Amino acid sequence: MTRDEKVAYLKEKAIEMRKTALTMIHTAQSGHPGGSLSAADFVTALYFDEMNVKPEDPKWADRDRFVLSKGHVCPILYSALALREYFPFDTIYTLRKEGSILQGHPDMKVCPGVDISTGSLGQGLSTAVGMALAAKRDKKDYRVFCVVGDGESQEGQIWEAVMTAVKYQLDNLVIFVDNNNLQNDNTCDVVMPTGDLKGKFAAFGCETHGIDGHKMEEIVDVLDTIRDVKNGMPKVVVGKTVKGRGVSFMENVVMWHGVAPDKEQFAQAIAEVEGGLK
Amino acid sequence: MSKATRDAYGEAILELGKANPDIYVVDADIGKSCKTVPFFEQLPDQHVNVGIAEQNAAGVAAGLATCGKIPFVTSYAVFGSMRMCEQIRQEACYPKLNVKVACSHGGFTPANDGASHQGIEDMGIYRTIPNMTVIMPADYYSAKKLVKAAAEYYGPVYLRFTRDPIPFIYDEDAEFEIGKAVTLKEGNDIAIIANGDIMSRAVAAAEELEAKGHSVRLLDMHTIKPLDVDAVTAAIEEIGSIVTVEDHNILNGLGSAVCEIAAEMGKGKVKRIGIQDQFGESAPYDRLLEKNGVTVENIVASAEAVMTSKCC
Ligand SMILES: Cc1ncc(C[n+]2csc(CCOP(=O)(O)OP(=O)(O)O)c2C)c(N)n1
Ligand SMILES: [Mg+2]
Repeated sequence: MTRDEKVAYLKEKAIEMRKTALTMIHTAQSGHPGGSLSAADFVTALYFDEMNVKPEDPKWADRDRFVLSKGHVCPILYSALALREYFPFDTIYTLRKEGSILQGHPDMKVCPGVDISTGSLGQGLSTAVGMALAAKRDKKDYRVFCVVGDGESQEGQIWEAVMTAVKYQLDNLVIFVDNNNLQNDNTCDVVMPTGDLKGKFAAFGCETHGIDGHKMEEIVDVLDTIRDVKNGMPKVVVGKTVKGRGVSFMENVVMWHGVAPDKEQFAQAIAEVEGGLK
Repeated sequence: MSKATRDAYGEAILELGKANPDIYVVDADIGKSCKTVPFFEQLPDQHVNVGIAEQNAAGVAAGLATCGKIPFVTSYAVFGSMRMCEQIRQEACYPKLNVKVACSHGGFTPANDGASHQGIEDMGIYRTIPNMTVIMPADYYSAKKLVKAAAEYYGPVYLRFTRDPIPFIYDEDAEFEIGKAVTLKEGNDIAIIANGDIMSRAVAAAEELEAKGHSVRLLDMHTIKPLDVDAVTAAIEEIGSIVTVEDHNILNGLGSAVCEIAAEMGKGKVKRIGIQDQFGESAPYDRLLEKNGVTVENIVASAEAVMTSKCC
């Protein structure tokens, strides 16, 4: 595949990803659409191109790991796992239901493909650091990808984890910061300004990249750039994103953090998403 | 002869690490006090020091555990149970990962450090988290054996050690099983159920009671979760009069665990001896215990009171 073919393929996949995430949240009438949609493009590129995984062998020891540190947006992770056939696609209709492998926040014990249970913000990155460190110590080539929210970066533990990643030279760790400037109560600027996140990660000693987190071209290029760089520096991609991206009435609206669309809203959302990002 | 259980931890973890390269220590800048320095010096590739960042230490350990390592997060009881509590709950207990939390300075032993460093709530906190195992050894040899048992067991374990030397209770070749009390003395008038570094006081109290003509059953309940329900039930059925002794808040530790069984059976009389739901202070260890009634005299007096009380 040429780069342009790859980008076109991933854009198509991103449409399926958004539709799947919205469908499961609508069916459950519960879940977090805003942050799922803002992380959608990056997670699509990971699961449909970048990550070295075997859905038929989800615990394969040499697989790349994925840590959804902002675990509340698991519908987008579950969409990737469903579309990559880690489990039957129809499982998506059981999201948040009793006995489902698709718990309200990711549960590694029951869901194939979930590398760590998350949901309590600020903690996932530390576990990703542990995984990346294990790879280094075991002289293995796998990488660890971690998605962190910008609101989540207000947790002190994030920066504890970053210091550890820098100290142990974890250049096999890739952190994607979903910089949508929205959190639960309001914008990050109002709740707790996160400031120049790229500059902060750089000051801690990470290799940093800033991209438009919805431009598949930029995502593909940055992943190409960092793939083989063994410079001892953890890689941080700060993606400028829009919460709710792809559904006009959800975009940049605080309320759509954790509310499910009703029937009409869902129909409109699917129709808009099917057209692809404008 | 006496030796601190934290020394037992330091020695045991080094032996374990040499035998198994998957054994890791995750330190948070108190390795010196927690006796992990020899591990770090001899097995640097199995050691991580995350700095003064306990919450992160817990998470890093969980990540290592998902990759087949057996990490021992090492801290003081205060920080290992409270600063990293939710991280251990979420990333070790909930996914039932093979993470051990090994803490020195449990109970009143960091006596001169004052209340900030005296972990008196730790075992109770971890007892309420599903999938967690909670252990406090009574001496050096049992500590060494129980560290090894924890490493062999798959799942999260909280191990509580203490700072100061305490008398030997066991021989080097004594064997221990997680969740199984050790009967240090058989008897049928009164049961003393104790754990940890106050065991020598319980032993002395048992001897005194025997000298007074009472037959004492003394149990070392080193694991408070899972509790050895059979041993407690037998003590209630066969004896009925029980005194518990611990260097921990009387709320939600060993004494509470025993009372829960007795209450549900609707049988038995239990007197809890332990820290009286109050903070410590900078003072000699013995004084702190004395202020809370954790003394040989009070164990003896309480045992006699329970045996003669008409209640229940
Ligand atoms: C420790 C913790 N505190 C609070 C919450 C509740 N919570 C869930 S999502 C969220 C906001 C997250 O914002 P952000 O990280 O920016 O995620 P995104 O905008 O991508 O949804 C909060 C406060 C939580 N899950 N964990
Ligand atoms: Mg956000």
